[in-house]
Amino acid sequence: MRFILLTVGAIALIGCRQDMHDQPRYRLNSASDFWSDGRAARPAVKGTVARGMLKTDAGLYTGKINGRDVLEFPFPITKEVLARGKDRFAIYCTPCHGLTGHGDGMIVTRGLKNPPSYHSEALREAAPGHIFDVITNGSGSMMSYGARIPVKDRWAIVAYIRVLQQSQNVKLAQLTTEEVEKVKASERPAAPEKKAAKKGGSH
Amino acid sequence: MYTGLGPRVRWLMSQIFSPSTNPLSKISIVAVALLAGGGGLALWEVNSSPFVSRANYPFEQPVPFSHKHHVAGLGLDCRYCHTTVERSAFAGMPATETCMSCHSMIWTNAPMLEPVRQSWATGKSLEWNRVHDLPGFVYFNHSIHVNKGVGCSECHGPVDQMPLMYQANTLYMTWCLECHRNPEMRVRPRDKVFDMKYKHPENQAELGAKLVAEYKIQKLTDCYTCHR
Repeated sequence: MRFILLTVGAIALIGCRQDMHDQPRYRLNSASDFWSDGRAARPAVKGTVARGMLKTDAGLYTGKINGRDVLEFPFPITKEVLARGKDRFAIYCTPCHGLTGHGDGMIVTRGLKNPPSYHSEALREAAPGHIFDVITNGSGSMMSYGARIPVKDRWAIVAYIRVLQQSQNVKLAQLTTEEVEKVKASERPAAPEKKAAKKGGSH
Repeated sequence: MYTGLGPRVRWLMSQIFSPSTNPLSKISIVAVALLAGGGGLALWEVNSSPFVSRANYPFEQPVPFSHKHHVAGLGLDCRYCHTTVERSAFAGMPATETCMSCHSMIWTNAPMLEPVRQSWATGKSLEWNRVHDLPGFVYFNHSIHVNKGVGCSECHGPVDQMPLMYQANTLYMTWCLECHRNPEMRVRPRDKVFDMKYKHPENQAELGAKLVAEYKIQKLTDCYTCHR
């Protein structure tokens, strides 16, 4: 009798342990007291290349070939790529650059300086590789977004920036007669875009 | 009368309880049942309380980061910081670089941001306290949920209203299964996944069933779905 009670009691006590719950293994971003930097995640040894991650395509990964900004996109820009670019732009770029790229994002209302507008002559002329490089490595007070945005998404953003630049710099002569009629019909041609920009700034 | 028994045996055979204890024995039958039930209920309550489930109380953090300010106030998208939520099991904790994207220019002297600046200067990680701590025997993948139309707020609650992060649900298996058995009551259109203000429409059952079919959502309730 006494033996049964002890066994049941012991089993009950074992049931209270959390060994399975808190397993002695590292999870992503866990702390470790084994390594001097306190991190369980180890930086790759210099020169290590993960399978399928050999970045031989310099144009794709750096936006530069032989130190020069690439002038063409490394893959065809389809409607899907533009949609993806718009989506990613809204997440990562609008807080500072605003929805239309005028440099009037939310941060301006918080006391930060306006980032440069995309609609300057210099940036309209800039090579796609240059814009890609700025996103990847940062520029001025803009931090690098290379670690945050995967490479193809960065190119999609570059493509969408081109769309934005185009949207703010259309000559009347480039429009079809129908579109010209539309423009004439509305008193303020740029109204919808302006509205969008304001929305971005009022966050 | 046979008197061959010794005094010790005679004592053993005497009545232990007098007739006056009869009501007690009847009461004790009911009392034992009540105590067992009450004890069970108490255990259940303790087990589903924040004390055990860790739900509904904010965690101390090295920097009192406010999701309310950054999401509802400033309009940042979840993915601005949790960059890998759509493509990996782990939603991703922002690197110090992400904080410094703005805080190298604004609130640069704020005392509460001192740990961030320290981390930036020394390269040492900020040590946040994990709020959503699943048991080691549970496999969970953010990306599949997000890509199948399960919104952030479905599990994490109104994060855009949390000055300090807390766990809005128990994360118990029974809670997981509630949705795994009836996903049509919880899914939303993919473009609303990151919408913190999203409310399920009145015809959720109808819309949900449509989305479950469209997104090919399975009712995964096998043990090995999560325990592998």
